[in-house]
Amino acid sequence: MSEDKAIRTGTHVITGNDAMVEGAIAAGCRFFAGYPITPQNEVPEMFSVRLPEVGGNFIQMEDEIGSIAAVVGASLAGAKAMTSTSGPGFSLMQEYISQAAQSEIPLVVGNVQRTGPGSGIVSVPHHGDVMQARYGGNGDYEIIAVAPASAQESFDLTVEAFNLAEKWRTPVIILSDAMLGHCREKVVIQSAEEFKKNIIERKIGPRKGFKPFTYEENGELIVPPPLQLGTHAFPFWLPSVSHNEFGIPILDTVPKGSFKMVKRLCDKIIKNEEKITMTESYYLDDADVAVIAYGLPARTGLRAVREAREQGIKAGLLRLKTIWPFAQTAIEKVAESVKSIVVPEINMGQLFIEIDRVAAKKGVSAHLVIQISKLHEPHEILSKIKEVA
Amino acid sequence: MSISMLAGAERPDHPLSRYASTMHIFCAGCGYGAIAQAVTRVYAERKLDKMKYVFFTGIGCHSALPTLLPGYTVMTLHGRLPAVVTGAKLANPELKPICFCGDGDLLAIGTNHFVHACRRNLDMVLILLHNNVYGMTGGQAAPTTPTEYKGTTAPYGYLEKPFDGCELAIASGATFVSRWTSAHIKQFMNTLNKAIDHRGLSFIEVVTTCPTYFGRKNKMPEPIDLFRWIRDSAVSIKKAEGMSEEELEGKFLVGEFQKTDRPDLNTIYKEIIKRAQGD
Repeated sequence: MSEDKAIRTGTHVITGNDAMVEGAIAAGCRFFAGYPITPQNEVPEMFSVRLPEVGGNFIQMEDEIGSIAAVVGASLAGAKAMTSTSGPGFSLMQEYISQAAQSEIPLVVGNVQRTGPGSGIVSVPHHGDVMQARYGGNGDYEIIAVAPASAQESFDLTVEAFNLAEKWRTPVIILSDAMLGHCREKVVIQSAEEFKKNIIERKIGPRKGFKPFTYEENGELIVPPPLQLGTHAFPFWLPSVSHNEFGIPILDTVPKGSFKMVKRLCDKIIKNEEKITMTESYYLDDADVAVIAYGLPARTGLRAVREAREQGIKAGLLRLKTIWPFAQTAIEKVAESVKSIVVPEINMGQLFIEIDRVAAKKGVSAHLVIQISKLHEPHEILSKIKEVA
Repeated sequence: MSISMLAGAERPDHPLSRYASTMHIFCAGCGYGAIAQAVTRVYAERKLDKMKYVFFTGIGCHSALPTLLPGYTVMTLHGRLPAVVTGAKLANPELKPICFCGDGDLLAIGTNHFVHACRRNLDMVLILLHNNVYGMTGGQAAPTTPTEYKGTTAPYGYLEKPFDGCELAIASGATFVSRWTSAHIKQFMNTLNKAIDHRGLSFIEVVTTCPTYFGRKNKMPEPIDLFRWIRDSAVSIKKAEGMSEEELEGKFLVGEFQKTDRPDLNTIYKEIIKRAQGD
């Protein structure tokens, strides 16, 4: 009974926030812990309705620190688990996001971004947490971040976020925003049968010879199935301090052991960049100017590209569905074939730093179109395309 | 024996065997070894299921307990233990977590999570190891440091009023609350046995010795000085009834303060699912 209720096959007109919830539950999420913060309130509200219907648990915690800690606990106990928040709450969660990356605990964090810094403006879109998603916590580690651009993608990429979390055993962050979260759009959900083919279920490690953490074998990094408390797939001690691949704390070989652990955690994501990243190309085959964007600015960018084409300018668009790991390979490929790159971002230029680095390496000029607390107008991007074409 | 010798070792079948085969890293005169032994004995005597009775620790000197404990142990972040256990317990109701926290862990950085875990009556055994001081970081004053005693961050004496963990737990809604000391191991084991059978949040505060920092800073440099100080400051609930307020000055009560029954968090959440599914 519960499984039928989990996947709401059909066509719906729902908000991005609600689509995120439906995507999570369809992907097998059975635990949510959160704390109210605008503009993500519809996420915990919808989870509180939907999770008990499918036999899962929703809990409103005492703060965001407690929310992410509860999600870590639930994931360790075998549930696919998620929390959601917005900027200030996301800052509070960094402590355990860093720890979850280190202990390789799969979980999903929805960040419906709002303007900052500080309390900022609570219900306007802003992409100020792009760098915080990657560098927010202490220490060196890598996470995966996806950036939906429509309500449909809020559904699809949330499903994908859970798959990525299971596969790579890492926190996955969904970078939505206030506009996307509140905008009502069409969302189509496949039949349960079709849908389930694309779901990565929670696996349990072998009873004998289970190595709890990512390890190297014949020069390849092997990511073992997630830890599960209450089964044999658990180290006798899960330390939150630096540890080797068996989970034994690194005490006696500090420089060597610690280096190995950090390298393993970062390489797991960075070296598999091509396998993890997802991009979409529009009109790039013969383009002179490439717009590279993620989230809602990619939609504005696509309109600007089409208008530029109407005016005889060969423009194209590379849309990043994943922000982290940085799509180095895809962007290098674009930079090799165009004369200039335009990057519209709803911030002061966060991913631009990375794109500009690649562009400079390939001898291509990159240009930023900033916007603060609101979406771009198509003409703002168009005039930049014209300027640099 | 090096800690890395545990790598890849088969888990011993006898619950006490790990205790016998690994050393602990606590200071001479620290009460933690005795407490770990008491917990391990109860675990062994009752032949508790390792898949169900799992351990959690916070951050502090007690983070080193897992080398002694007989079951799987999760080390959480500083103060976050009650929140992590909330998630684990809701995701797998079969677990019965036995948790260790330090006084800085639970009464300073993690107070918020502690208070709410008590309010929710989370089904867990929560052992607060109260040594009057931040031991691992070098003897700084804690929210439990008694007034006028010294720490490395209270060179002129700690003048704030200390927290009473048991009173806080009772006021927050914990259903089984008690306090013992590392000089009351038998009584502690007895209470622990009851706590394991209790459904709801069982809070046991254990006042213990830290000769290295608390004792040394407060003119009790020998472990036995501190042991005597704890023994003499502990007054049983029954004895305290006949004592005046002046006589109780500087003392603390030991015993079982409260044992009540109300639905625990998992029972409540079962009811929510029942309502949502309309059964």
